[in-house]
Amino acid sequence: MVVGLEVHVELDTKTKLFSASPNRFGDEPNTNIDPVTLGLPGALPVLNKQAVELAIRLGLALNCTVQPSTFHRKNYFYQDMPKAYQISQYDQPINIDGFMMLPGDVRIGIERAHLEEDTGKSTHIGGTSGRIHGSDYSLVDFNRAGVPLVEIVSRPDIRNSDQARQYVAELRSILLAVGASDAKMEEGSMRCDVNVSVRKPGAEFGTRCEIKNVNSIRAVGKAIDYEARRQIDVLESGGTIRQETRHWDDSEGRTHTLRTKEDADDYRYFLEPDLVLLDPDQEWIESIRASLPMLPAARRAQLATLTGANKESESVYVIVERGQDDYVSAVAQAGGDAARALVYVQQAFAEEGVTPQVAASDIATLTQMERDAKITATQAKTILSEMVANGGGDPVALAAARGFEALDTSAVEAMVDAAIAQQADAWAKYCAGEEKAMGALVGAIMKSSQGKADGKVVTAILQARRAK
Amino acid sequence: MSTPSSGSSPARITSEVVAKVAKLSSLQLSDDELALMTTQLSGMLDHFADIDKLDLSNVAPLAQPFPLKNVFREDVVVAGLDRDEVLAAAPAAEDGRFRVPPSLGLGEQ
Amino acid sequence: MTKPFATVVDIAADIAAGKTSAVEVLEQHLARITEREGEIHAFNLVTTEQARATAQQVDADIKAGKPVGPLAGVPVALKDNMCTRGIETTCSSKILEGWKPPYDATVVTRLQQAGAVMVGKTNLDEFAMGSSTENSAFGPTKNPLDTSRVPGGSSGGSAAAVAAGFAAASLGSDTGGSIRQPASLCGLVGVKPTYGLVSRQGIVAFASSLDQVGPFTHTVADAALMMEVIGGHDPLDSTSLPQPMPSLTSVLGQGVKGMRIGRLADMPEGCEPEVLARMDAAYVALQAAGATIVDIALPSLSYCLTAYYLVAPAEASSNLARYDGVRYGMRVEANDLHSMYGATRAAGFGAEVKRRIMLGTYALSAGYFDAYYGKALKVRRLIANDFAAAYEKCDVILTPTSPTVAFPLGDKTSDPLTMYLCDIFTIPTNLAGHAAMSVPFGTGAHNMPVGVQVLAPALGEQTMFRVAAELERAS
Repeated sequence: MVVGLEVHVELDTKTKLFSASPNRFGDEPNTNIDPVTLGLPGALPVLNKQAVELAIRLGLALNCTVQPSTFHRKNYFYQDMPKAYQISQYDQPINIDGFMMLPGDVRIGIERAHLEEDTGKSTHIGGTSGRIHGSDYSLVDFNRAGVPLVEIVSRPDIRNSDQARQYVAELRSILLAVGASDAKMEEGSMRCDVNVSVRKPGAEFGTRCEIKNVNSIRAVGKAIDYEARRQIDVLESGGTIRQETRHWDDSEGRTHTLRTKEDADDYRYFLEPDLVLLDPDQEWIESIRASLPMLPAARRAQLATLTGANKESESVYVIVERGQDDYVSAVAQAGGDAARALVYVQQAFAEEGVTPQVAASDIATLTQMERDAKITATQAKTILSEMVANGGGDPVALAAARGFEALDTSAVEAMVDAAIAQQADAWAKYCAGEEKAMGALVGAIMKSSQGKADGKVVTAILQARRAK
Repeated sequence: MSTPSSGSSPARITSEVVAKVAKLSSLQLSDDELALMTTQLSGMLDHFADIDKLDLSNVAPLAQPFPLKNVFREDVVVAGLDRDEVLAAAPAAEDGRFRVPPSLGLGEQ
Repeated sequence: MTKPFATVVDIAADIAAGKTSAVEVLEQHLARITEREGEIHAFNLVTTEQARATAQQVDADIKAGKPVGPLAGVPVALKDNMCTRGIETTCSSKILEGWKPPYDATVVTRLQQAGAVMVGKTNLDEFAMGSSTENSAFGPTKNPLDTSRVPGGSSGGSAAAVAAGFAAASLGSDTGGSIRQPASLCGLVGVKPTYGLVSRQGIVAFASSLDQVGPFTHTVADAALMMEVIGGHDPLDSTSLPQPMPSLTSVLGQGVKGMRIGRLADMPEGCEPEVLARMDAAYVALQAAGATIVDIALPSLSYCLTAYYLVAPAEASSNLARYDGVRYGMRVEANDLHSMYGATRAAGFGAEVKRRIMLGTYALSAGYFDAYYGKALKVRRLIANDFAAAYEKCDVILTPTSPTVAFPLGDKTSDPLTMYLCDIFTIPTNLAGHAAMSVPFGTGAHNMPVGVQVLAPALGEQTMFRVAAELERAS
């Protein structure tokens, strides 16, 4: 399959793209309106400088070239389109020729990321399904009309639904990192349209269909897989794919036709006469570039180097996504074991946010205790939970209070030998190659040691004994 | 709509084309209006064919008189319009919103 | 030449000096409105009560010793395509009948701050599309000098209001000549400023890259004062020029010695002989005042009409798409949205507006864009280049404003193309974005006024007004 994604993101500005009404989600309908928003006669657009700044930030973070750009009018009639044209960018967009890296060194090209204004929102009243067909009337709220959007268009470099989901997730991380958008698909501040076509390996690209109403990362994957399957079925039964826009129905798990190419509007794009050339100077662009934070990919690489984990591993992704990599770093700097810190933070810090309450130095101590086998892994986990629940704590004191201590190796060896003697059957099976038999031996040892034997140590000793 | 090669103007405009243009313009024309509009637009386009004589191959278009650039507004909220005042001027309103008949086709979103 | 009505300059001076009051001046104008408005129909709306309130406030402020603006107490009229908060603004169209804007155009605010007294909103060709004001949905305006004739258009009402003494000055808008041509036909001074010199914020758009707002007055000095009040940068209009507004009143006496006046070597056909005679007299007058006449050519001039009648309708087709019955104005109800659009716009727009919307949509549509709109923009570049070359050889260019004097009502309404030819001398300036003004210069056929057009390069207003002042002295 061949997939391209068009993602619209609402920029996190205080005001709209071309007028000074608030850019806010969730306000009472039609309370963030002004002559420009409503398309009143005589109203004129004036470009929001902060929207440009965020568009450049976003473009640079996606490795785009920032170039002089113009605005065009895209003309069509619809109730949520107050001027009956949308001001967008057409043949000279602000950001071009970028890319994003996905796991496995997969490079997805980004054709463009341009500025445009958002539309109002319609609510359809009446009708059986709540969808448009058969409804009695519509109500329109223009709060969202004029909100600044950047439309990010990928090249058709995506080859499966996993990549598509990774692309959207990574894009979201990048947007959050540079502060361009809060990118909440559930609130509509990030919206995905998916273009899917299929072809035999090595053949030319097939006819593609655009899928709208894909409202979550999960849905991106499902919609792509469904649509690819649908197209393959059509082709295998001798049919042809009609180029069209389709609607993803998440509850039914399928797409259906929205409109065909023949129905498509002629947008009559022409240069917006009410706006002038946008030509950010090199100084501005470079100062924005210099102010960009470390992006998620770089942070993951850094965390991977620090902890020895794979940069594409789930734990690294999760920690960076949560913004807790600085914290793991701090633990390491305080002398802690970085690899263990990574595991602890992933397991126990899901609700802790970017600045956990638990002191990094205390976590460092805990990792050292486990590393030096003073406590078992299980005991460490218990202490960790308690520290997080209490917003801190001294791990040494907590271990002592619970009577946690790891038995030293010779004590554990004695217990292992005792268990081998007591559980001769299990031992025989284990020596014969039945790995599952080890479970009984380990279980007995853990019980008799009251959890003070470190499970890993026990396993290692059993394996060593068997090898002899 | 038959599409002429880019750069050459068609000799006249047909009523089929005029009907399509009327649809694009959201203008309902009666049959009489359609016929009159076709005649009048044809006449105008014949007149406007004078520019076909010109060699414009090396001429850049001029969409705006002066090359202004970088006109911005600071990202600061300015008080807008009062909803009640605006909705009072609306042809139909309900529940703080503008009311319109249902759309049979679908818009962009 | 003595003017029958008091000028802006004199009214402002007399009121400021206490020789008369704003209320008194207003009542004189209102009396003239009462007497002749019925036959002339310059206004869509006379704002009597608001005008009286404003005049009273001006008088109170003066009495209290408070500072007042340079137009304090001066009665002015505004073309009804300029947004006036809480006051009907219809563009002489049924589709906006009864609509009251919730905000003021920038030029309206500036006039208010200057103390002007608005007497009413004037009639126009619907959405400023026309050259005779016969395209108004509310009936035509008559030329006050001969009511069987048109006042010109599209700002016919604003011209008639000043010509009839209903207001001392008025504002119009000019996209292809809609200030200058009515000024010429009514014997007034009419100015189209350099594009971007006067804010378009709150002016209902016709063709965004061509529209400009300017004054109608009896004298050049009045026009200079009005321009200084309304002109200058507006941050609410992205196409507003950043340069400061040049001083105009201060240059009026500087004369034209040493100036080079361009004369079109290749005059378009269709000018009445009396109009050409007045042009000759104008050249003679300027030469006598120390200027030299230089023959110049504008080779693309004859193609300007085509370029304009593709570019302007194209932009208009987009600017007028917002009139869809959803948020304001007229609505014709229907069972579905698109039928509502079609029926509303069919009922709300007049024939000329529909024609231009159709022409514009066609010129922009897929498959025709390059042949029409695309080409028209290139012709626009050609005329701009022609002007640039001409202005190497001269400082201003003189042409007739209109090929004819005011024509009888109904004369040109049967074939749209005939009407379009009225604008042959005015259109090129809009395409190039330059400045131009019409100055009354004697009479022609039927004793109707003839206007001479002075064209200047971008931001050449000071030069242009100097020439205009000289013509006025000689007229």
